[in-house]
Amino acid sequence: MSTHHGPAKGFMRWVLTTNHKDIGSMYLWFSFAMFILGGAFAMIIRAELFQPGLQIVEPDFFNQMTTMHGLVMVFGAIMPSFVGLANWMIPMMIGAPDMALPRMNNLSFWLLPPTFALLASTLFMDGGAPNFGWTFYAPLSTTYAPDTVTYFIFGVHLLGLSSIMGSINIIATVVNLRAPGMTYMKMPMFVWTWLITAFLLIAVMPVLAGAVTMMLMDIHFGTSFFSAAGGGDPVLFQHIFWFFGHPEVYIIILPAFGVVSQIIPTFSRKPLFGYDSMVYATASIAFLSFIVWAHHMYTVGMPITGELFFMYATMLIAVPTGVKVFNWITTMWKGSMTFETPMLFCIGFVFLFTVGGFTGVMLSLAPVDFQYHDSYFVVAHFHYVMVAGAVFSMSAAVYYWLPKWTGKMYSENMGKAHFWISFFGFNLTFFPQHFLGLAGMPRRIPDYALQFTDFNTMSSIGAFIYGASQILFLFNVVRTVVAGEPTSEEKTWEGAEGLEWTLPTPAPYHTFSTPPDVK
Amino acid sequence: MTAMTTEKSISHTVAKLAIVAVAMFAFVFVVMVPLYNVLCDVLGINGKTSGERYQVVESSVDSSREVRIQFVSTNNDGMPWEFHPTQSVLKVNPGAVNNTVFYAKNPLGKVMVAQAIPSIAPIRAADYFHKTECFCFNQQPLAAGAETDMPLQFIVDQDLPADIKTITLSYTLFDVTAMAASQGAVVAR
Repeated sequence: MSTHHGPAKGFMRWVLTTNHKDIGSMYLWFSFAMFILGGAFAMIIRAELFQPGLQIVEPDFFNQMTTMHGLVMVFGAIMPSFVGLANWMIPMMIGAPDMALPRMNNLSFWLLPPTFALLASTLFMDGGAPNFGWTFYAPLSTTYAPDTVTYFIFGVHLLGLSSIMGSINIIATVVNLRAPGMTYMKMPMFVWTWLITAFLLIAVMPVLAGAVTMMLMDIHFGTSFFSAAGGGDPVLFQHIFWFFGHPEVYIIILPAFGVVSQIIPTFSRKPLFGYDSMVYATASIAFLSFIVWAHHMYTVGMPITGELFFMYATMLIAVPTGVKVFNWITTMWKGSMTFETPMLFCIGFVFLFTVGGFTGVMLSLAPVDFQYHDSYFVVAHFHYVMVAGAVFSMSAAVYYWLPKWTGKMYSENMGKAHFWISFFGFNLTFFPQHFLGLAGMPRRIPDYALQFTDFNTMSSIGAFIYGASQILFLFNVVRTVVAGEPTSEEKTWEGAEGLEWTLPTPAPYHTFSTPPDVK
Repeated sequence: MTAMTTEKSISHTVAKLAIVAVAMFAFVFVVMVPLYNVLCDVLGINGKTSGERYQVVESSVDSSREVRIQFVSTNNDGMPWEFHPTQSVLKVNPGAVNNTVFYAKNPLGKVMVAQAIPSIAPIRAADYFHKTECFCFNQQPLAAGAETDMPLQFIVDQDLPADIKTITLSYTLFDVTAMAASQGAVVAR
């Protein structure tokens, strides 16, 4: 193993680094910082909703909070965290010395901090931050938008650029730098899911860029893409947005599927039940994501044939998703299971993601969606798939690979406490929101009718518990890095398979300078 | 693979993917937007009536049934004009040519330009509602304090499905003074 030179010293190491592990670490720390920031916004939302009436914030600021919470969590926390994981793990999993385009990798990362600084700075500007929801429907985001919308548009352009460069990098790495003998159908599931995710990103991030470019032109250059007065149509915005937006939610969840498909076999001490079917299911989900976008807009006034098409196409997604869920369960079946923290998070993922999947099937039914549309039921649904889906699997990934990254062991007790507290807090937060939605509470409002009080109070208490459990997570990770028990075992976990576990622990700065031979 | 060929194949991959990204950006503008407009036009969905004058075809009047036409007017946010139909309901026979007028008054002390945007409910009726003359085809300028009666001439198609007994035609009036000044263009609708 070549370790001819270590990292440079000092701050400039991080600014100039082209090392995939350094960049991966920066992505992970950055996304955690954004997770805390977006979480703080969520705490303000839940504090305001603790009881009916307006007590803490003004309605306009409340709208800014829901908007910024969504934007920061989706684009700042979840997406970069999985890019960070991809940077760390993909070269180590396919036996490559680094990413294919290390300098572009550096640029992809360093676009993010200024972008989010720009977005966050709008909170302190005249007129306030964007307040039109993370879906920024026109004309809320054009005719009626605060002036800061222009910063928002520029920010989205930069984020898109960063994501596209990151995806090109990942595909170029996977396609060209696999070790000899590592055929496509031998790649770890995490690499597969990221390869497909990267293709989705390249296909839809430009669509998002197009949508915000049209907004920019409508606002500043007198065009009328989304303005009925000039012959445009606001509904067009929703079509373009969700043509990006639906693949986007799979961009968020597919890498999570990959992580879970790595971890469950390890702690079940069995190979994945059906590797091939998992690959094909992932590809099918990616394909279907392009033809279901209008299920987000059933109430917009579509012809009945349109409603039916999007309804059936959406329900079809339950098939490949079911293939995945049963795959994980059958992998656990009769395995010699142990329940370390990463496994707990993965089992929590399978259970709660399935709940979110079921509410998704409910929402896919056009006739009943007319009731659920824009209610707290939708909020509950997508937090089950995004928090219990993406965030749980990300926590699992950190615990799973942290010993390999740092050469130190985290505190298993604290990890388990983190899991159980967040599992309890999460369900207390979001399960009652199903009932609120069914009872008719709309989303994105700072005040509500008295009969919703009890469930909202429960939900707020749960949110504070869930938020606090993430501080425990941070503490556990920092404590591991600073004072964790050193370990030099190559295979941290008895049942772990894959090239990354053949490397020394902690993983040296340069790995696989000579490609390994994959049998 | 040697270092040289790996580098080459990486730049090939990057070039291809970059083309895809640029193509998808262009796709939004040159495919999605026009396709959306064409689909709405052709299928008559979204409650939009045709933005063009209907070419009258020789046909008979179906006096065996009557359809109620309701007129609704709305001012878009911040539009100060007085704007309403002079008749709120008309009973018409399919195939017959009907006339009505909408009243508009500019109460402000400056010249303004307005654009009316129509919408039909139920959506299915949009294909069967033909306008031979409509103030919504053009922008409407009004001098300070001026008022006008804006004409609408239409024919309800004989092929209108029998279960449609009432059609609501709604107009939303937009202030396009700034837009008209900067473009000088007339928006057909």
